[in-house]
Amino acid sequence: MSRTNISLPQRSFGETSRIDAWWSQPLIVFLGLLAFVVYSTWAAFQGAHYSFGAYLSPMYSPLFFEAYEHAATGHALFGDWPKWLPAAVIGIPLTPAFLILWAPGGFRFTCYYYRGAYYKAFWGDPSNCGVGEWRKGYRGERWFPLVFQNIHRYFLYFAILFIFVLTYDAFMAMWHAPDGMTYAQAKTDSVLNFGIKVGTLVLIINPILLGGYTFGCHSLRHLIGGFMDKFSGNSGRKKAYDCVSCLNRGHAKWAWASLIWVGFTDLYVRLCSMGVWTDWTIIG
Amino acid sequence: MPQVTFRISRGSTHQDSQFVDYQTDITEGMVVLDAVHQIQEESAPDLACRWNCKAGKCGSCSAEINGKPRLMCMTRMDTIPTDQPVTIEPMKAFPRIRDLVTDVSWNYEVKKRIKKFKPRKPDAPDGTWRMQQVDVDRVQEFRKCIECFLCQNVCHVLRDHHKHDEFSGPRHYVYTAALEMHPLDTEDRIKDVKDEQNIGYCNITKCCTKVCPEHITITDNAIIPLKERVGDEFYDPVRKLFRIFRPGK
Repeated sequence: MSRTNISLPQRSFGETSRIDAWWSQPLIVFLGLLAFVVYSTWAAFQGAHYSFGAYLSPMYSPLFFEAYEHAATGHALFGDWPKWLPAAVIGIPLTPAFLILWAPGGFRFTCYYYRGAYYKAFWGDPSNCGVGEWRKGYRGERWFPLVFQNIHRYFLYFAILFIFVLTYDAFMAMWHAPDGMTYAQAKTDSVLNFGIKVGTLVLIINPILLGGYTFGCHSLRHLIGGFMDKFSGNSGRKKAYDCVSCLNRGHAKWAWASLIWVGFTDLYVRLCSMGVWTDWTIIG
Repeated sequence: MPQVTFRISRGSTHQDSQFVDYQTDITEGMVVLDAVHQIQEESAPDLACRWNCKAGKCGSCSAEINGKPRLMCMTRMDTIPTDQPVTIEPMKAFPRIRDLVTDVSWNYEVKKRIKKFKPRKPDAPDGTWRMQQVDVDRVQEFRKCIECFLCQNVCHVLRDHHKHDEFSGPRHYVYTAALEMHPLDTEDRIKDVKDEQNIGYCNITKCCTKVCPEHITITDNAIIPLKERVGDEFYDPVRKLFRIFRPGK
């Protein structure tokens, strides 16, 4: 674009004529995201209490290996923690959560909704609409490292796989071990009994909310039909585009609901496993 | 009739402006533009204010009311608190001409540089085209734009970082999206969207969407789809690979 002759004054940080509580929304987003990041990081480092009977925490699913020196839970795809994987890297423990959390974490970090939200809440870029910024320079998403936000669609592919995995987990959460047997034993012996417990419902709601978030993704909306200029003669693609667009309109709500529920699901499984909460039976 | 204080920014430049308080009576059904006209009539005949249709369709009376970019003619007095002075300022992303009037001509210059509509060959011998409604649903939303430039004004890339030389702003992404998604159009503007309009500066704060008086979903329906199209062309290694093996596609 050619040079212009526009001279405007530089506004100071927080300068605004707004009289509403403009700071409240970024503050709530900041506290909400910070709470989730702190909790999920803590939970990922634990390497324990990530399963309870038929339930597997979504922060550890898919469980490739049991945590280092952890007893068999019946959920691991490839058994115990392998010898070729270190139990810790420069003193920081490595748990099964770290093998998988990069995918949903990357999906949320590069999500168009979250980007707008955390640019405001964490970087004040801007703090809110019409409010002066603290930074003088600005590079946007044109350069390294933020140009990498454009890989969102690749995280989407992984996120869709996770929906299937977590749906399988929700289905398996309906099949419980008989009294006196561990889940791992009962699964090996194929003696699981059908039953619906509170935890089952918690695990069923989880992929529903995550599905609402993932299948309303802006990148999916583009890939499924948004890239086209003509929909006529392709009613199937138009319907798919409309479905994704419908979910996309509530993308922020789905994002928050699914985020909170993932955290709650892990907390539920963890507290049941620790014996703090009782998993009440509804059917079975 | 309650009397309300209006704190209006006056001056010939943003740098040398000052707030001046005016009191005027407010009656039922009034909008902010009515109050400004009443102030002009009663106490400040030299107060400059641009307006035209008074119906939210010409996009002339854009201003900042209590710090929020809005059309003065569409802001009813009963929707804003009147127990404290009502602040009225001009748009801050453009040079001020006088009082509430700003020079928005930069927008027209930017618009001229966007590649024009280039339709395919006519479908019928009489030189006309055939389109399905389903194909133009998306772009019809963008045609609602009244060019009030409130979205440009609230965009922090222009407002705070003054990237007028590099960044075209949300209004022009809406315009570009309307052309780019048009079923008859054959022009390719994606490289320009990336390199000339610099869409990478947009960090999706959605402020433009929030202030649009026509309720155009600017971010979700125009900017992000354009970002995705830029992604297709420049940031998707798998697609790049496909293009190597399927040149011309």
